[in-house]
Amino acid sequence: MAKENNQNENYEDDIYAASQKELIWMRFKKHKLAMAAGIVLIIMYALAIFAPFFSAQDPHQRRVSYKEAPPHQLHFEDTEGNFSLRPMIYPYNKEVDMETFEDIYTEDESKPTPIKFFVEGFEYEVLGLFETDIHLFGTGDENRPVFIFGADSLGRDLFARIIYGARISLSIGLIGVAVSLFLGILIGGIGGYFGGKIDLFIQRMIELVRSIPQLPLWMGLSAALPSSWSAIQVYLAITIILSLMSWTSLARVVRGRFLSLREEEFVIAARLMGRSPLEIIFIHMLPSFLSHIIASLTLAIPGMILGETALSFLGIGLQAPVISWGVLLQKAQNLYTIANAPWLMLPGLFVIITVLAFNFLGDGIRDAADPYSK
Amino acid sequence: MSKFIMHRLLFMVVTLVVISILSFIIIQLPPGDYLTSYITQLRSMGTDVSDEQIEYLREQYGLDDPIYVQYFKWIGNFITGDMGFSFSWNRPVNELVWERLGLTLVISISSLLFTWIVAFPIGIYTALRQNSLSDYFFTFLSFIGVATPNFLLALVLMYVSFKYFGINVGGLFSPEYADAAWGIGKITDLLQHLWIPVVVVGTAGTAGLVRIMRANLLDELGKPYVTTAKSKGIPNYKVILKYPVRIALNPFISTLGWQLPKLISGSTITAVVLSLPTTGPLLLDALKSQDMYLAGSFIMLLSVLTVIGTFISDILLALVDPRIRYV
Repeated sequence: MAKENNQNENYEDDIYAASQKELIWMRFKKHKLAMAAGIVLIIMYALAIFAPFFSAQDPHQRRVSYKEAPPHQLHFEDTEGNFSLRPMIYPYNKEVDMETFEDIYTEDESKPTPIKFFVEGFEYEVLGLFETDIHLFGTGDENRPVFIFGADSLGRDLFARIIYGARISLSIGLIGVAVSLFLGILIGGIGGYFGGKIDLFIQRMIELVRSIPQLPLWMGLSAALPSSWSAIQVYLAITIILSLMSWTSLARVVRGRFLSLREEEFVIAARLMGRSPLEIIFIHMLPSFLSHIIASLTLAIPGMILGETALSFLGIGLQAPVISWGVLLQKAQNLYTIANAPWLMLPGLFVIITVLAFNFLGDGIRDAADPYSK
Repeated sequence: MSKFIMHRLLFMVVTLVVISILSFIIIQLPPGDYLTSYITQLRSMGTDVSDEQIEYLREQYGLDDPIYVQYFKWIGNFITGDMGFSFSWNRPVNELVWERLGLTLVISISSLLFTWIVAFPIGIYTALRQNSLSDYFFTFLSFIGVATPNFLLALVLMYVSFKYFGINVGGLFSPEYADAAWGIGKITDLLQHLWIPVVVVGTAGTAGLVRIMRANLLDELGKPYVTTAKSKGIPNYKVILKYPVRIALNPFISTLGWQLPKLISGSTITAVVLSLPTTGPLLLDALKSQDMYLAGSFIMLLSVLTVIGTFISDILLALVDPRIRYV
């Protein structure tokens, strides 16, 4: 009991001495779900950044004998019942059902293939710095690939494709949010800082943009992209299209904050000392509500990820050979495919997990953003 | 109040003018026009198109007029209810849209009702039982609902019903009823197919509304007027339903404005996956094939509906919540 009291006192001391940053961190740590979501996202981004290291096969390599092969099962016991900690797979034997002409894959139990870790495989560059061919896992045998998530209709490794796709799908949200952050702060900031007629005009402009139906606008703009554009150009264009709509809500948040901060003493003081409006906005006012902005940003990212997925799914966003989650899901569009190869829906699971994680994280940051409340 | 309405009406007109220009720009964005691709298509099929014919077609569709003349022609016709001619369908846009509007409205209105009927009680329930097990359960469920893209839900439902019930749930009718005349049989067949698109389209909205309803109600429940009402001996359910719920109802009304255009476009992706004969896939095809009158009129129609919807919900909000009128 005494010990607990002691701890509480320490905690109180900490609170009185803590800076705003520390207070925010303390409060955020209490939000278990947000912490977990943060960890999930770190893992996701790590998978995306080091995608070649985590994938056993090259995501572009086609293998005719593995078309729509189901996920390999990992075995920890061989046919004689000997247990080993190292998992192994049985390579597939392919047969064709003469009635339905469907491929049937059966495990060949005579050729147990152990999974090796830190194994040599295809060559790749790490962050553009140096070349290596070490992969986290694999069979080390070019003729016996391992498909832990199965293969797609061209016999490409789905797991590798998902984590390569994460590079595009996860970054499109970040870049899009950065673009809308810039627009939102600039336009919302001007409205909130100057007020009056300028504010009224900007308010009306925001309402106007918001009254254009989102999906048809996205569809219209992305259908208008010239087909001769390169993958990178399309990628950038889609990002900008996605952020065209979302800057408005950010601008609203920023404007509201500015209106309330405008009359604060420190802003008046800065103005009297002859700081220019831009300096006041970016140096003095922005830091005081940065955490709120980060929260709204986190909550805006999932919308963009879902937007990219939807557009690519409809065939008017990114196109193959670019790999993104939306492009991958396009393959799972009809009943025939998903009935035969349900694992092609797995990219969707990654979409859901990512979007959920961003929502939880954003909720946590929003609650922690104002450490002086309550 | 009348001043408020006038203000809103004026803004509505300005918005529509700007949107009409934007929609027109969107249709003009793709390089080339429909006629060029149409002629290439004819030529590749071996049909000979003479220069005079091309000239005639260009003139007929006014493709050589200056851009602003084209705009005024288009918007002028739009106001009189003539939405132009669809090149790829070779039919007036009006016919195409009206043909599909009926079923689209059936799906959208049913999913709107579904959303409200499900979200309303769950929202109230989770707010009253805050931090209980059932609250966590529904909160988690609604988070998943928000995070799942519509089309993925459609795919999963299709997969499950095919795998475990052996039925194909795509489309709105079984093949034997698709072209049949309307009758009891066709209506029951429609109802059997309807639930999947309704659930798919409605889920995300339901999940969102549950969260908003819960948050708003929680804000209101702690306020002194609730305590006062309770201390005066009004039964609990009456207190809650009569006052806090009424205020928490605002998001339901303000989403009404967004629902109106969704009635036509919202289910686009779901409709593509489930191959529903609604307006969404029509818009997608029009955009893909640069069928400019069809696409442009469509976007314009949707925008008009959004603006009208926002206008209606603004007025309703002002009626329900007097504070809004003076802001």
